[in-house]
Amino acid sequence: MNDTPVAVPTTLVEITLDGEAVRVPKGSTILDACRREGIDTPTLCWAENLTPVNVCRVCVVEVEGSRVLVPSCSRPVEDGMVIATDSERVRTSRRMVYELLASSVEMDRADREVHEWMEHYGARPERMGKRSEIATVAQPVKVQDDLYVRDYERCILCYKCVEACGDDAQQTFAIATAGRGFDAHISTEHDVTLPDSACVYCGNCIGVCPTGALTFKTEHDMRLAGTWDEDIQEVTTTVCSFCGVGCNLELHTQDDRIVKVTSPSDHSVTHGHLCIKGRFGWQQHAHS
Amino acid sequence: MDAVVMWGTNARNAHPIFFHHVIKGIDNGARSWTIDPRRTSTAKFTDSWLGLNVGTDIGLANGVAREIIAAGLTDDEFIRNATTGYEEFVAFVEPWTLEHTAEVTGVPAEAIRDLAHGYATAPTAQICWTLGITEHHTGVDNVQSLCNLALLTGHVGRWGSGLVPLRGQNNVQGGGDMGALPNKLTGFQDVEDDEVRAKFEAAWDCEIPPKNGWNLTQMFEAMERDELKAVYVIGENPADSEADVKHARAMLEKLDMLVVQDVFMTRTAKMADVVLPAALGWAESDGTATNSERRVQRMRAAVPPPGQARQEIGIINDLAALMGDDAWGNPTAEEFWEELRTVSPMHGGMSWERLEAEGGIQWPCPTEDHPGSPFLHGRLWERPVQGRRAPFSCVEDRPPLDVLSEEFPLRLTTVRALDSYNTGVQTSGYSSPIRSGEALQVSVVDAAALGVVAGERVLVSSRRGAIRMTIGIELELAVGLCHTTFHFPELADVNQITSDAVDPKSGTAEFKAAAIRIDRLDEDDRAELDERVGAGA
Amino acid sequence: MPDLYFSAVDEATDAEKMAVDEAISDWGPVTIRVSERLVTGGRARARERRHLLLPALHALQRAAGWISPGGLDHACRVLEVPPAEAYGVATFYHLFTHEPPAADDTIHVCDDIACRLVGALGLIDDLRTGGHNVKASPCLGQCERAPAVMVQRMGRPDLTVTATDGGTVRVADVAVAIDSGVSTPSVTVPQEGDPGLRLLARVGVVDPTSLEEYRASGGYQALEASVALGGDQVIAEVTASGLSGRGGAAFPTGIKWRGVADQEGRPRHLVCNADESEPGTFKDRVIMEGDPFSLVEAMTVAGLAIGAEQGWLYIRGEYPVAIERLSGAISAARSAGLLGDDVAGSGRRFDISLRSGAGAYICGEETALFNSVEGFRGEPRNKPPFPTTHGLFGEPTAINNVETLVNVLSVVLAGSAAYAAVGTERSPGTKLFCLSGRVNRPGTYEVEFGATLGDLIDLAGGLTDGSRLRTVLLGGAAGSFVGPESLDLPLTLEATREAGVSLGSGVIMVFDESDDMVETVRRIAEFFRDESCGQCVPCRVGTVRQEEVLVRLGRGAVLDDERELLDDLAAVMKDASICGLGQTASGAVRSALDMGLLAVIAEGIEGGGQ
Repeated sequence: MNDTPVAVPTTLVEITLDGEAVRVPKGSTILDACRREGIDTPTLCWAENLTPVNVCRVCVVEVEGSRVLVPSCSRPVEDGMVIATDSERVRTSRRMVYELLASSVEMDRADREVHEWMEHYGARPERMGKRSEIATVAQPVKVQDDLYVRDYERCILCYKCVEACGDDAQQTFAIATAGRGFDAHISTEHDVTLPDSACVYCGNCIGVCPTGALTFKTEHDMRLAGTWDEDIQEVTTTVCSFCGVGCNLELHTQDDRIVKVTSPSDHSVTHGHLCIKGRFGWQQHAHS
Repeated sequence: MDAVVMWGTNARNAHPIFFHHVIKGIDNGARSWTIDPRRTSTAKFTDSWLGLNVGTDIGLANGVAREIIAAGLTDDEFIRNATTGYEEFVAFVEPWTLEHTAEVTGVPAEAIRDLAHGYATAPTAQICWTLGITEHHTGVDNVQSLCNLALLTGHVGRWGSGLVPLRGQNNVQGGGDMGALPNKLTGFQDVEDDEVRAKFEAAWDCEIPPKNGWNLTQMFEAMERDELKAVYVIGENPADSEADVKHARAMLEKLDMLVVQDVFMTRTAKMADVVLPAALGWAESDGTATNSERRVQRMRAAVPPPGQARQEIGIINDLAALMGDDAWGNPTAEEFWEELRTVSPMHGGMSWERLEAEGGIQWPCPTEDHPGSPFLHGRLWERPVQGRRAPFSCVEDRPPLDVLSEEFPLRLTTVRALDSYNTGVQTSGYSSPIRSGEALQVSVVDAAALGVVAGERVLVSSRRGAIRMTIGIELELAVGLCHTTFHFPELADVNQITSDAVDPKSGTAEFKAAAIRIDRLDEDDRAELDERVGAGA
Repeated sequence: MPDLYFSAVDEATDAEKMAVDEAISDWGPVTIRVSERLVTGGRARARERRHLLLPALHALQRAAGWISPGGLDHACRVLEVPPAEAYGVATFYHLFTHEPPAADDTIHVCDDIACRLVGALGLIDDLRTGGHNVKASPCLGQCERAPAVMVQRMGRPDLTVTATDGGTVRVADVAVAIDSGVSTPSVTVPQEGDPGLRLLARVGVVDPTSLEEYRASGGYQALEASVALGGDQVIAEVTASGLSGRGGAAFPTGIKWRGVADQEGRPRHLVCNADESEPGTFKDRVIMEGDPFSLVEAMTVAGLAIGAEQGWLYIRGEYPVAIERLSGAISAARSAGLLGDDVAGSGRRFDISLRSGAGAYICGEETALFNSVEGFRGEPRNKPPFPTTHGLFGEPTAINNVETLVNVLSVVLAGSAAYAAVGTERSPGTKLFCLSGRVNRPGTYEVEFGATLGDLIDLAGGLTDGSRLRTVLLGGAAGSFVGPESLDLPLTLEATREAGVSLGSGVIMVFDESDDMVETVRRIAEFFRDESCGQCVPCRVGTVRQEEVLVRLGRGAVLDDERELLDDLAAVMKDASICGLGQTASGAVRSALDMGLLAVIAEGIEGGGQ
């Protein structure tokens, strides 16, 4: 009775991945298998510390016998599955997802790899029409307090912030998807301001945002001032001081000043999530 | 984990990231209870909330124990082989019937029964606690009463089961591990053990006093007796954090010499003869911290300390040199750590290199090929048990020392807010949109009886002093119970009225139970106050 | 549940509180006894009650004419739902509004493809001129008596107002209905009294509000027979009959049921999908209004067969008459011991909970329907896993369309062999079709499988005077356009599949040469844009871009310039959308393009045709 759980012996299943027969652990997703086999696969709404919601559809692959493409991030492998990750159908769909998003959303602050993938697939969002003549999510930025900035014209509706605020981490449910269709958007109840909402400012939504729609006010202000420069920033991992749980903090510093705090998403204590004290308590020192 | 008992802890506020893991367990089907005088945020996530009277934790635990025994839900094999004192314990808790326990604690009998049966029959179960257990004059007894429950049911020393005290600071555990305790040397080795001392004396080439030192309470008593005349305070703010701050400040005032080494100019630092400005542990210093689960992790300097502040290792090195010890040299955090490993067996396997590579390792980790230990006390499941068996403790339920009376009819307990930390030294300076300031929360019934409304300034008195506070009214609060945080000493110096009772065994103050009264202020008084508070805010 | 935070400034009114409390009262309160220092509830209990959110929202909307912040907070408090989530749910549905109401009555006028042909837009203008609070609506499922109107009322039951006897609804008709509080009476079926009818036999013949009359006309014999047969035998009969789903996917019903019945030891559910929202479809409404007990009986037979104790009837909110009749039928059945703890003396428990939708086409998609019932946004789930193992509340679920379920009564009563004696070998039995558009007698028709498209148009009295057949929309907005050359197409599963078209929900909407097809196709594209749930990128943005192309075409853009984009949009929506909505959103557009319907009209416009 004294033994710690040992890893359950994994059953392997055999699948065909882009023509190669490979064996991968049962229960892994197609995306896991791709990464294992070194097949680069784009993702937007997937994150290792969140439950896959498979809504962006940029990771779709072709599975033999399936009428439609399947999201690799959430579909578990099955024995005998034959998967193509770079077929014409896959390329078209991935390119179109990028074109659809980039034609309606400001993507300039999206993670670097997003732009690399767009180039890879030859995305030409401009062919959807002139921005002024087609539907976009352009809107004014929301600055309602000293900690958060919400810039929803950069929101691709990946649901990550909702997951991080809700079931997957913080369990506060201050924000949810509201509205429907192209009008679907992330909102508090009745769009009340964030300080009037249930928000507890853990910053976990910002931590998972892939497109810069959610940022810390510190970053926003530095960007406005033209001083934000990720190229010269350093990241140091340390331990938060505000309780005994032992959350790892990644301190992002620029010119010997802390400018942002995150947590490693693979850390066994935090899984990338923090509370308000860990996320913002450093400002005490920056201001003193 | 199949069951979890959150006892005297509002982890949702005080340990939010730990509580994420608890919620996952609940969502995966674990049964859950919260034992707390208030229906806290934590309580709202668990299946049941048991709202006991402040300071009746031992009574409740004894009642649960008796029910587990009476219902035949004990783990007899475990009790027989791994514990001592069972027969005596059975007889001791016999009077704690469900009815009697309900009467003492205020918790309905059916709920006590449900907790007893649910906890005992779960394949694995944990009890988690924090200051709701320890900040009582019976703090150590409280902990022992919870240990009894784990021993009765064998919920200890196994994966998924156990007793989980949640630490308040990032390195409380590490501080103790390192020997920052009056009776222990590094690695929890007894000061009064000659063999242990000999080992350290050989390693450190010095003589170690053979007697246990004073704990914090004893130090203040020694100051009172003028036996302690010089104090070196590192990273502590007793002038604000002691239960009876008036007394504490007086004692600090009369010292011959007070040295404070801190990151902040705290109230205590302002009283000091010498202030040694220190670098922040977590952002400006290299070293380690050990969390509540005994996980040793690296802290790293990311930014240089401001002004003349320095990493504490350097300050202490220099002090040693000034005191005439040239042998210290100027060791780095890594060199300190590697030396520690040679004298502390439980850290023996944690090389600096491993800490860097693995991120964190849980002690005991005696050898380099040891993976670390996710839980303790596994030895209790070995047959025959190696070492000492675990004793049952017959602990009496003793109500808070600051008794309720006609003059002081209300029970005040202190709590924590999500966005603030202890006396606010480290959190009052960032702009939190959810900070609501300090208010004395009272129940609807009490507010009506007193004729006070939310937002009203009142006089709050205890046997030790009186302060002015703002009233808040809380819908779900039990009648006769009040609570406040203590994060804003500038707004309300709450520790002036909290109890000065301490647990003689741990030296911890009874912050959780003061007897108070609330008096309305007349109008002039209120206006003057409003002006003052407005100007101060 | 979580440490909830309530932001509303104003409290709920007493009317709102009472409405919510009444709507959820059947399901018991959460055990909260703060005074006794004990609260039993927590996260698990809150989850169990989450499915009451949708009924609570309906109650709020009915009581106050909108979902007020105070009202929403009250519902959230009693159900322990985070307000932001509840707001997200409330804003998902078109029938819930979020501003104080402009008037007590909101008049929803269908401006969808069928009603548009017969003056819906003019009616909207007239009503607005008359001072009414009007909203244009997607298909209201009344296409046989277009244009259709549904009046959503504050504090009172909603109304359906439609044309009668080929006339057109006028402003005065709406005013009269509002004053009297009476919906336009249900119309009967054109084939009334035809002895060949199986599914429609009682419609217009037997009083739909009387359990007694239902029993007198053979009702509840099938339940009796199925209790005698036992669940396994019922499933065996249904399997042998070859009955397949009538909701569009045509999955074999018996196999579905077997899959659920095999999940022994887990709670199982029977769900009736009565969210009939495919434009041009109204057949299920005809059954539910005209013979509600048959659906209640069929659900009971199905529930017992698969071992479910709870049935859920999810009906679209725009069917006030059907909702009233079904609620009455369920109550009557319960009182008669035909639902409840001991169904018809079988010793088995089965009951039905009626849930009404609130204006969201997507909730007809089975997994979106589950989410809707559960109190979440009606966003479809990714499949697999399938409902058979992970359906409602994550538990094994058989979900069937109304028409499918009602077929089961014939299978059980007559036996599988007799059932399959009509129709074709691979499409046994009869099928309901919804005829609308340019035909003389629009309505719901029941025919044996094998009848051709032409047969059905003839059955409906042929084209209206002076009309020449241009095209038929087969299967609804998610179906496709076919031309006159398809009149000989037998409307069987096998023949349509071979022809590359789909029967879908049985829509046969007829257009003549005078009809503006670019506008019709654009309205279809607009429908998908409006009804996309917004969850996945291909559908959320793809449907918008598709409609934008059609608007450009309507304004004279050159088709060839847009063809590549239309192709790519079709490809990504069809291949990469989560659910059938996105996957079929380009179907009708593509077929119109292939048939030249877009090009021809576009040329017409260029020639100054409009």
